[in-house]
Amino acid sequence: MDWFVPSDLRVEIKMESQLNQKPMRRRPWALGVVIFLGLILSGGGYAAATQTYQAEFGSPEQISEGRKLFLANCASCHGTNGEGAIGGPSVIGVGAASVDFQVGTGRMPGQASGPQLYKKPVQFTEEQILAMAAYVASLAPGPAIPAEEFLRTDGDVTHGGELFRINCAMCHNAVGAGGALTEGKFAPGLQGVSEKHIYEAMVTGPQNMPVFSDANLTPEDKKDIISYLKYVEDFESVGGYELGSIGPVAEGLFTWIFGIGFIIAITVWLGAKAN
Amino acid sequence: MSDLEKYTAGSATNIVRPIADPGLEPHRERMTDKSEHHARNAERQVSAMFIISMIGAVIAVWGFFAFPIVEGDLSATRNNTFWMGIGMALSLLGIGFGAVHWAKTLMPDNEVSEERHTARSTDEARAQAIEIVKLADGESGFSRRKLIRRTLYGALAFFPIPAVVIFGDLGPVVGDTLKRTMWAPGTRLTRDPTGIPIKASEVTIGSVFHVIPEGLSELEEHKLEEKAKAAVLLVRVNPGDLKEDPAKASWSYDGIVAYSKICTHVGCPVALYEQHTHHLLCPCHQSTFDLADHCKVIFGPAARPLPQLPITVDDEGYLVAQSDFLEPVGPSFWDMRK
Amino acid sequence: MSSTTEPKTALGKAANYIDERLTVGTVLKNFGRKVFPDHWSFMLGEVAMYSFVILIISGTFLTFFFQPSMAHTYYDGSYAPLKGAEMTVAYASSLDISFDIRGGLLMRQIHHWAALVFMAAAGLHMLRVFFTGAFRKPRELNWVVGFLLFILGMAAGFTGYSLPDDLLSGNGLRIIDGMIKGVPVIGPAISSGLFGGEFPGTEVIARLYSLHIMIIPALIIALLAFHLMMVIVHKHTHYPGPGRSDANVVGYPLMPVYVAKAGGFFFLVFGVIAAISATFTINPIWNYGPYDPSPVSAGTQPDWYIGWLDGALRLAPGHLDIAIFGYVIPMGVMLPIIVSLVFLALVAAYPFIEAWVTGDKREHHVLDRPRNAPTRTAIGAAGVVFYAILWAAASTDLIAIFFQMSLNHVLVAMQILLILGPVMAYWITKRTCLALQRKDREIVLHGRETGRVVRLPHGEYIEVHEPVDKYELWKLVDFKDYEPIMPRPNKDGKITIGTKIRAVLSRIYFEDRIAPVSKAEYEIAHADHSPAIEEQPKRKPKALKSKR
Repeated sequence: MDWFVPSDLRVEIKMESQLNQKPMRRRPWALGVVIFLGLILSGGGYAAATQTYQAEFGSPEQISEGRKLFLANCASCHGTNGEGAIGGPSVIGVGAASVDFQVGTGRMPGQASGPQLYKKPVQFTEEQILAMAAYVASLAPGPAIPAEEFLRTDGDVTHGGELFRINCAMCHNAVGAGGALTEGKFAPGLQGVSEKHIYEAMVTGPQNMPVFSDANLTPEDKKDIISYLKYVEDFESVGGYELGSIGPVAEGLFTWIFGIGFIIAITVWLGAKAN
Repeated sequence: MSDLEKYTAGSATNIVRPIADPGLEPHRERMTDKSEHHARNAERQVSAMFIISMIGAVIAVWGFFAFPIVEGDLSATRNNTFWMGIGMALSLLGIGFGAVHWAKTLMPDNEVSEERHTARSTDEARAQAIEIVKLADGESGFSRRKLIRRTLYGALAFFPIPAVVIFGDLGPVVGDTLKRTMWAPGTRLTRDPTGIPIKASEVTIGSVFHVIPEGLSELEEHKLEEKAKAAVLLVRVNPGDLKEDPAKASWSYDGIVAYSKICTHVGCPVALYEQHTHHLLCPCHQSTFDLADHCKVIFGPAARPLPQLPITVDDEGYLVAQSDFLEPVGPSFWDMRK
Repeated sequence: MSSTTEPKTALGKAANYIDERLTVGTVLKNFGRKVFPDHWSFMLGEVAMYSFVILIISGTFLTFFFQPSMAHTYYDGSYAPLKGAEMTVAYASSLDISFDIRGGLLMRQIHHWAALVFMAAAGLHMLRVFFTGAFRKPRELNWVVGFLLFILGMAAGFTGYSLPDDLLSGNGLRIIDGMIKGVPVIGPAISSGLFGGEFPGTEVIARLYSLHIMIIPALIIALLAFHLMMVIVHKHTHYPGPGRSDANVVGYPLMPVYVAKAGGFFFLVFGVIAAISATFTINPIWNYGPYDPSPVSAGTQPDWYIGWLDGALRLAPGHLDIAIFGYVIPMGVMLPIIVSLVFLALVAAYPFIEAWVTGDKREHHVLDRPRNAPTRTAIGAAGVVFYAILWAAASTDLIAIFFQMSLNHVLVAMQILLILGPVMAYWITKRTCLALQRKDREIVLHGRETGRVVRLPHGEYIEVHEPVDKYELWKLVDFKDYEPIMPRPNKDGKITIGTKIRAVLSRIYFEDRIAPVSKAEYEIAHADHSPAIEEQPKRKPKALKSKR
């Protein structure tokens, strides 16, 4: 990997590759170790990536590598210069964050045409994704891949919860279980989505999601929201198994199938004659 | 059956059954009836369940004391909910299974038959009842003394009226509060919940802001009542995408539009905004509004478009309301147009 | 009878003391051996009653800690993501019950699960009564009482659902407010009266609390007492079978068998609910946050028993609002209200409708097997489907997600199914019932198919049929059969409209019918057959029974 890559990106790469190997939830100490290693390796401070808009990043080699990948995998829909074509919108100005989100969650390259892109296994390595991100970022300024400091989960969960309920819960459900939109579109569940991808989704507004720019929700606000989401994701319900956190419909079905089911089984036993 | 045959059978047909009612099936002996060994076993099983029940009760009590609430540690709550619940369940199920097993295996299972009687009183009883009513009527003069009877009816009709009227103060008389909101000319649009005003330049295309009127957060009273009417969704779309009615063209500012968030169907917050289709969906009953076309209803049970809040920009570049909504927000009601 | 013996034991003395004051001896004498028929489907009403007892027990615990106040406060309990959040005292105390009181969450979960089971059991009990014709004379009034209990159960459930004042229940109240406001003329005034002014106000939780813990339970207890009293007066119905008639009741005596079974069953129902409550979260109010009119969560649904009303709201077509002299009647609200009220009215009135159509004024204590009343069963199935579609429509959004369909398509499909579904259900059910009746006739006339194929001396292959024993046979032939009524002129020689309607309904009910096998038919069928085709049963009757 090229050493021009900002330090925080290196950290991300490590975290992502670790995530790919082990789909288990990351432990806090592991995160600490990774951050520490990342800082030592890069030996530098935080670069310009803390700014939301970034003209470009990455070395010229990386950009040209990204361009090759783009031409081979993306240009048929997004145009040879990213200007958009039949089947795909322009990517000029969408920013590195958008590429990292769309490709990093496997939504891009898109597969079947449908109301909405689904998450799929990721098609590219981290280096390739970053190269494409660098290329797209070089076309025009756009939202950058977020800085590590806003991806920590030690924010104000109460504030994050309030913001989440007001800005996000109507589509994603109060604890991020997901919800339906019109004509087959949907807001996906947020459990298991990495902090970075949640952040990138907020700043880029993938597909039909609106944009929550830093002028709307500050990076601190976003960090609080992510902290809240990670809190509820890790929260082991005090009342027992949660039935998917989708609310009263699951509870009603459970009552009819298991509650009433058990009780009717008992009535049948009770009414049957003994041998 | 003679009792039953007093009544008409309606259109029921009369069919002679192929055989006569054979009577109850003969009783079949259970294992526990046949062998004392099985009966003894059943007895042991029943008491075993009662013993399990006692153990369950002990577990429930243990669960209560073993997991005192510790501030900030929710595992205590989780544990005492689980253990007390499991203990209680064992204790209850032990008694229940024990008792039913006892009844099924050791108590007699011979079916017995009991005679029924019609619900109707006997003719004799009826005659006596009528006699009593007549006697009471005669003694009181209820039929004879018309004046008393009629004034009594009047009194009985009047006396509950105060009981209805007294509830008149359950709520204030509805004025035109349903038709007004906090929005007034020059009221700044601020972020929900922080109350920080919003500059037009901060609203980028595709952004959505959840908005409350300036000053709402500081209200001492009726904060939620005002918020329930004044909540607004602020969106910037590409001005070319807007299909604006010329009369309302001045209500938006450079592609920035503000609409009431309160569904015109039954009042849920409509806030599911789709950036590219410009559709607004209500999560409660799926009414869909086209934000680019003055929030016209394009699907679902709502009938009215979401009311638009006319906005503009003040000297400092902050978004402000031009006026209140020009029609009532939220669910339709009887005299909303008056 | 000799003179009363003087009690010697302590128990005897106590019994004597009570009896000399309360006449319990006579009560026990009269009721101690009352007969109760035993069948699993007769336990459903008991499940509802026991759930109600559980609701009272757990609810009482909750009242000791819950504070029905909408005063503002800041949360300072154990759940981190709400610490410092502004909320009402009602919500804060609900959170405290959940997190900071030992057993509090367990009791909340028991209360809520028991409520869902209560309504489910009550609904199933109603279906059992409907499909077996147990609502017929003399029990029509008890059907109405049961119906009122079901409505009161919905009211109890909804008022309770609203009390924690979380985001989910607050949006539920908001929907109710929107519906009330839509009622012509009086809507806005009723809304103001309920909320003490504008929605959400500061009064509604306390008011719903009074309704939830006092008025509605008191009404339920009163009607439940009436319901049970009538069961004692009428005695329980029983299924058709040998030795069972409209003039008797066959079952087990109250003491000891029924006391042990029914008493034990209370503990079983409570135990199942306790086990579920210990292991499955219900209504995690901490997830939803405090009520605020601006946010809403995806998947905002009511508890299941209110679901059908929410579904009706979703399926209502828009654009149908009526304006009269500038006054507005919002049909997106009124249509669901009218449709659900009509549906409920039909349910409540059904016993009277059927009694009018058949003209049968006799008492009925032997139940109908559902197949033996094909039209009633078909009407019931149509009603169930109608209700089920409305109910499913309350989860259109979740159906769309889980089956990856378009929300809009799901909704439109539900609208179509709401009309078509009941018609199809009616037709299919009626035909199925008639087919089953034909099969019963076949069994009575020709016996049961054994699967054994034999070759007759002249080369013909034939399956051996085994005649059923007399007990089984009686069960198959003992049912009532009705003919369509012809419209006949009255004394004045006129055919009234009422008579015509009745004739039409009667024809719908009984035009297609399969009569029970008569003695003549039975004898003809049995005279016809050679002994080779019908053999005496080789197995015991019991074995035959279990084979079914």
